[in-house]
Amino acid sequence: MTATDAAPTRSAAAPDEAPPSRRRKRWLGEHPLGLLLSTPYLLFIGLIFAYPIVFSVWMSFQDYFFAAPGAEVDRPFVGFDNYLAVIQDPAVWRSFGNVGIFLLINVPLTVALSLLLATALDKVVHARTFFRVSYYVPYVTASVAVVAVWLFLFSQNGLVNQVLGPLAPEPSWLINSALAMPTIALFVTWKGLGFYILLYLAALQNVGKELYESASVDGAGAVRRFFSVTVPGVRPATVLVFLLATITGANLFTEPYLLTGGGGPNGASTSPVLLMYQKGIEQGNPDVASALGVILIIFVLIIAWLQYRFLGGKES
Amino acid sequence: MTRLGTITRYVLLALGAIAFLFPFYYMIVGSLQTDPDPTLAGAFPDPSNITGQNYVNINERVNLFVGLANSGIFTGGVLLGTVVFGTIAGYALSVLKWRGRGATLVLVLLVQVVPFQLLMIPLYVMIARDYGLSDSYLGMILPFLINSTAVLIFRQYFLQLPKELFDAARIDGAGEFRILWSVALPLVRPALLTAVLLTFIGPWNEFLWPFLITKEAALQPLAVSLANFISNVAASTSNPFGAMMAGAVVLAGPAVALFIIFQRYFVSNDLGSGVKG
Repeated sequence: MTATDAAPTRSAAAPDEAPPSRRRKRWLGEHPLGLLLSTPYLLFIGLIFAYPIVFSVWMSFQDYFFAAPGAEVDRPFVGFDNYLAVIQDPAVWRSFGNVGIFLLINVPLTVALSLLLATALDKVVHARTFFRVSYYVPYVTASVAVVAVWLFLFSQNGLVNQVLGPLAPEPSWLINSALAMPTIALFVTWKGLGFYILLYLAALQNVGKELYESASVDGAGAVRRFFSVTVPGVRPATVLVFLLATITGANLFTEPYLLTGGGGPNGASTSPVLLMYQKGIEQGNPDVASALGVILIIFVLIIAWLQYRFLGGKES
Repeated sequence: MTRLGTITRYVLLALGAIAFLFPFYYMIVGSLQTDPDPTLAGAFPDPSNITGQNYVNINERVNLFVGLANSGIFTGGVLLGTVVFGTIAGYALSVLKWRGRGATLVLVLLVQVVPFQLLMIPLYVMIARDYGLSDSYLGMILPFLINSTAVLIFRQYFLQLPKELFDAARIDGAGEFRILWSVALPLVRPALLTAVLLTFIGPWNEFLWPFLITKEAALQPLAVSLANFISNVAASTSNPFGAMMAGAVVLAGPAVALFIIFQRYFVSNDLGSGVKG
């Protein structure tokens, strides 16, 4: 079918009459089968990613509400009303502040610890597999399962407070409005570190061994070598870790939902995505939730761009 | 390498390993305690305080077998979709030359960084409200049907196969379908295991989406039913932490066991080629 569309332009460029199969190949490429084999994937992307994104932005400008399937309802265009509703809600600002605290703790800690552990792991000969496996285990385990243990560990009379004794915070970790978000940040760092160690391990393979040798010859100690050879050598991976940790952090939902019983105490650990769930699905305002989602994405894109410029721009 | 440096390195790694493994150890110990013992002594198993009752208790509140079966069906559906549609897409994106291949490859990479928070609300409206697929396996599976990271792994693997192999098959008169079925697919089996492992942990551990889409307990994957137990009913149990730990062990068990058995297939190159965790 596409061959006929192609025919006029083709014959204008190349007047010699090509057989139909060759003409089809010119239009669809050497192996048209490729398009056929990719069709399921392309349909999937269209239905699950492309259409919902467009739909979400469209919905954020409508007075959209849930209706019975097939029901004819009027959903008028309301301009920026939903965005105004989001901006005027103090809970939204609180949640953005919370995620800001989260990112300030989680991202630097993730970068520092994963690079440190990956560097140590890279040079180790004995028990390498044991260490590797133990670092990845939290990453491959369901959040819901490990959340249960953390609830136990950080509860009022939990092991952490028992060990701390008189130093235990009052009120306890997850019900303390100043400590709830940092505790969640610590949990997410611990849970995801294995993945970032994996990224850094791969990046460390690309740092030239001769750089370490010449640094040693010049009299650099282990600490100096780490900062002068390793850290600059893995900078592309560091940019990636920064970006991924930020995107993952902005997606925070399961941890505040379960660890602090839905963003408590008093909204001190509410995340924007948790708020989207509450507004969009619990309270039935998907239009406002979509607007919140769009604002969140814009924030994430700005932060990601800044990180990219700031970290990647120094590359000489 | 100085001796002191080596010792420092092992001490650091060992501290890390303890920090990572202790909660899992504590999960198992806690799941076996008759009375929850949060003191330091409670971290060591006490023969007089060991019971399997917590597993019975959690099973009365959350049907563990049904939860595991639902998690299995959800995960199995995603694995099937990824293996069937992902391999052929990976093949098309590596071996075959066709118009739109470059653009499709860009799409595969782009999809990896689309955050779920942007999709959550519209997907819920579409799948639960418009298509009426809430409380169904199809609705659960659909947003995860083809894992894009797995597509990249398949593509990477097909790219490593020598070009001559395909040329020889073509000269022998094999059609493109025949080449895919008889030449390429049998050779890609090792990549299959890596892709399956990587894909497995996604739906098995996924909470947010099945939580949104399933309200009926009989259809909830274990991650969802356990989360509901933790947030709603745990307080009404005599030993809530014991029951929670028991549920956590059952949920974590299959993924951790698979990972430990096949850990050598879980290599950095494959994960590094995909972006999303």
